[in-house]
Amino acid sequence: MSGIPHDHYEPKGRFANWLHDRLPVVGLAYGTLMIPTPRNLNWWWIWGIVLAFTMVLQIVTGIILAMHYTPHVDLAFASIEHIMRDVNGGHMLRYMHANGASLFFIAVYIHLFRGLYYGSYKAPREITWIIGMLIYLVMMATGFLGYVLPWGQMSFWGATVITGLFGAIPFIGESIQTWLLGGPAVDNAALNRFFSLHYLLPFVLVALVAVHIWAFHTTGNNNPTGVEVRRGSKKEAEADTLPFWPYFVIKDLFALALVLLAFFAVVGFMPNYLGHPDNYIEANPLVTPAHIVPEWYYLPFYAILRAFTADVWAVQAVSFLTGGIVGAKFFGVLAMFGSILVMALVPWLDTSKTRSGAYRPMFKFWFWLLALDFMVLMWVGARSTEEPYATISLIASAYWFGYFFVILPVLGWIEKSKTPPATIEDDFNHHYPEANGSAAE
Amino acid sequence: MIRKLTLTALTALGLTAGAALASGGEGDYGHIEDHVFSFEGPFGKYDQMQLQRGLKVYVEVCSACHGLQYVPLRTLADPGGPGYTEDEVRAFAAENYEVFDAELDDYREAKPADHFPAVSGDGMGPDLSLMAKARAGFHGPYGLGLNQLFKGMGGAEYIRSFLLGFTDEEDEVAGQYLYENTAFSTGWVQMTPQLEDDLIDYDDGTFASAEQMAEDVSAFLMWAAEPKMMARKQTGIVAVSLLILMSVLLYLTNKKLWYPVKHGGREADL
Repeated sequence: MSGIPHDHYEPKGRFANWLHDRLPVVGLAYGTLMIPTPRNLNWWWIWGIVLAFTMVLQIVTGIILAMHYTPHVDLAFASIEHIMRDVNGGHMLRYMHANGASLFFIAVYIHLFRGLYYGSYKAPREITWIIGMLIYLVMMATGFLGYVLPWGQMSFWGATVITGLFGAIPFIGESIQTWLLGGPAVDNAALNRFFSLHYLLPFVLVALVAVHIWAFHTTGNNNPTGVEVRRGSKKEAEADTLPFWPYFVIKDLFALALVLLAFFAVVGFMPNYLGHPDNYIEANPLVTPAHIVPEWYYLPFYAILRAFTADVWAVQAVSFLTGGIVGAKFFGVLAMFGSILVMALVPWLDTSKTRSGAYRPMFKFWFWLLALDFMVLMWVGARSTEEPYATISLIASAYWFGYFFVILPVLGWIEKSKTPPATIEDDFNHHYPEANGSAAE
Repeated sequence: MIRKLTLTALTALGLTAGAALASGGEGDYGHIEDHVFSFEGPFGKYDQMQLQRGLKVYVEVCSACHGLQYVPLRTLADPGGPGYTEDEVRAFAAENYEVFDAELDDYREAKPADHFPAVSGDGMGPDLSLMAKARAGFHGPYGLGLNQLFKGMGGAEYIRSFLLGFTDEEDEVAGQYLYENTAFSTGWVQMTPQLEDDLIDYDDGTFASAEQMAEDVSAFLMWAAEPKMMARKQTGIVAVSLLILMSVLLYLTNKKLWYPVKHGGREADL
C-alpha cells in the first residue's frame, strides 16, 4: 500500500496461497500493521491510536445502551434512569459512553493541533487532512445528536438552539429547520430521527477513518522534522523507519494505558464532572434554563457564534452591504461554520516551504498563541455574553481567523526558517548518539 | 521522553480542566457551604445508618410535597444502600404507600417492585429522585470549575445548604408567599422552612437536630440519585489499579523493545 520500499507479505503453505489468490486479506492486514513508520515520531503521535480505541469504545457501549434506551419524549428520560438503576453494569456503560465522548474530543483536539504544528496538512497529505476535518464534523454532529437523547433540559434546549442556527439562513432557513426537526419545534419526531442518526453516523465515521488511514498509509506518516522518508532504496528507507508492529504498537499501547488510567479515574470517581447538572432535569419546553451551555467540546465554536453581535462594525457593514439579508444571527452562524471550514483550507493558506513548525521560529509564537486562543474561546464560550466576555470573545474570534487568513500566508513570505536535518536517520541519531552503532553493522 | 510525555499529559489535563466550564455562578445568593460527607472521594462510602435516618426524614417530612418516582422501593435492600432486608422493604412499602394498579383497576398496597410514588399537583414541589445530581453546589473561579474537580459537584451540599439556608424573612408577591433562602440562586423560594430541632424521632436514638436531619436527608437523596455509586467507585479502583500495572508492564516492554534501536543494537540490561 505504501510507496515506501518494504517487505511484502509472502503467503506460505497451500491454504495461505489459496486464500491469497482469492482474497488477499492477510496481505492487507500485514501491510497495514507492518507499515514503515518514521522512527523519530514523538509522543504527540500517540493520539491516533487513542482515537481509534475511543471510537470502538463508543460504538460498543453505544450499541448496548441502545438495547435499553427508548426514543420517546415521555419515556426517554425514564429509560436512562432504567439504565442507571436496573440494567446490569448500566451505570458504568452510560458513564463510559458519556465521558468517552469527552475523551474522543480531547484526543481529536490534540491530534488536530499536532497536525497544525508539524505541518501534517501540507502536500502530499492534504486529503488525509481534509478527511480528518470531515471526521471531526461527523464527530461534532454525532456528539450533538447523542447529547439530545437523554432528554434532559440541556438536551432539549441545546437542540432548540443548535437547530435554530439553521433557521437563521435567509429565506429558506425556517423550512430547513422544520425539515430537520420533522416539525415546528423539538419534539418526538426530532428525538426519533436524532436517535436514528446517532446510531448511523458512527458507522460513517468508521468508513471515514478507514479512508483517513488509507490516505496516510499511502503518503507515509509525517514526523517531527517534516522531512520525508527516503525512498531511493529499501536500505535507506529502513534507516529512516521502523515497522509499525511492534515498535509503535507497543509505544502507543503504553500511552493508551496512561490515557485510560485518567479516563477510568474520571468515570469511576467523578463521572459527572464534565456534564451539566441541568441535564438531570427532564426536558420541559415551558422552562428555559438560566444559561444554555453546550458541551465543553463545542464551546470554542459556540463562543465564535456568539461573538458577532449586532453592534460589531463588521456585522453592521455586512448587514448594510447585503441589504439586511445577512443579519447578526446569520453572520454568527457563518462565522462558526467558517471557523471550522478555514481549518480545512489550511493546506493552501500556509505558504511556508518548511513543513514542520519546529524549524519555524516566528510560526512557533503564533501557533502557541492560537492554542491559547482556543482555550480562551473555550472558557469564554461558557461565560455569559456580558462584558468583558463579549469583547474577549470578539478579540479571540478575530485572532482565530487572523491566524489562518493573514498570519499563515504572510509568515511564508517573511519568515526565515531553520534547516531541518537532512534525513530522519540523522535526526534520530542526533537524539540517540549511540544509535549509530546499528548503522555501522 | 518522559518530559514530552508529561507535556502531552498536561495538555490533556489542561483541556479537561478547561472543559468543566459548564455552569456559571449567581449574584449574592447561591451560597453553598462545603460539608464533609462520608461518600466523598474515591474511597468514600455511604453511611448505612445515615441513609436509614435520611429515609425517615424524607418519608416524614419531604414526601408530603416531593416524589421520588425513579427510585424503585426494592433498591432499599440493594448492596451499597440503606441496607434493609427484603422483608423490611416489603413491610415498609405496604405500610407507607398505595399505588394504582391498572390490572385491578384499583389502589393496592405498594410492593417492593413498585417505585416511590410521584407527587404532583398544585403547590407540590419537584421530584427529588435526581435532585442531588441536578444541582451543582460548586462552580469555580471564573467558571473554570476547578473546585468541582476537588470537591465534586456538591449536589448533597446544595440540598443541605438549602434546607438550612432559610433566614426567617418572608415576602408576599402577587398573593404568593416567598421565603428568603441564602442557598437558592435568586434568594427567594416558595417552599416554607421545614426543619426544626426534634421534629422527628430517629430509630437509632440520634438527636434529630435541624443540622442532623439536613445532613441525613442530603445523604439519602445522594443515594437516591446515585444508588450505584459504591459499585462504580469499586470498579474505578479495580480499573485504575489494573491500568497502573498495565502501564508499568508496557513501559518496561517498550523500553526493552526500543533499547537496541537507540543503542546501536545492544540489548537492554533490565
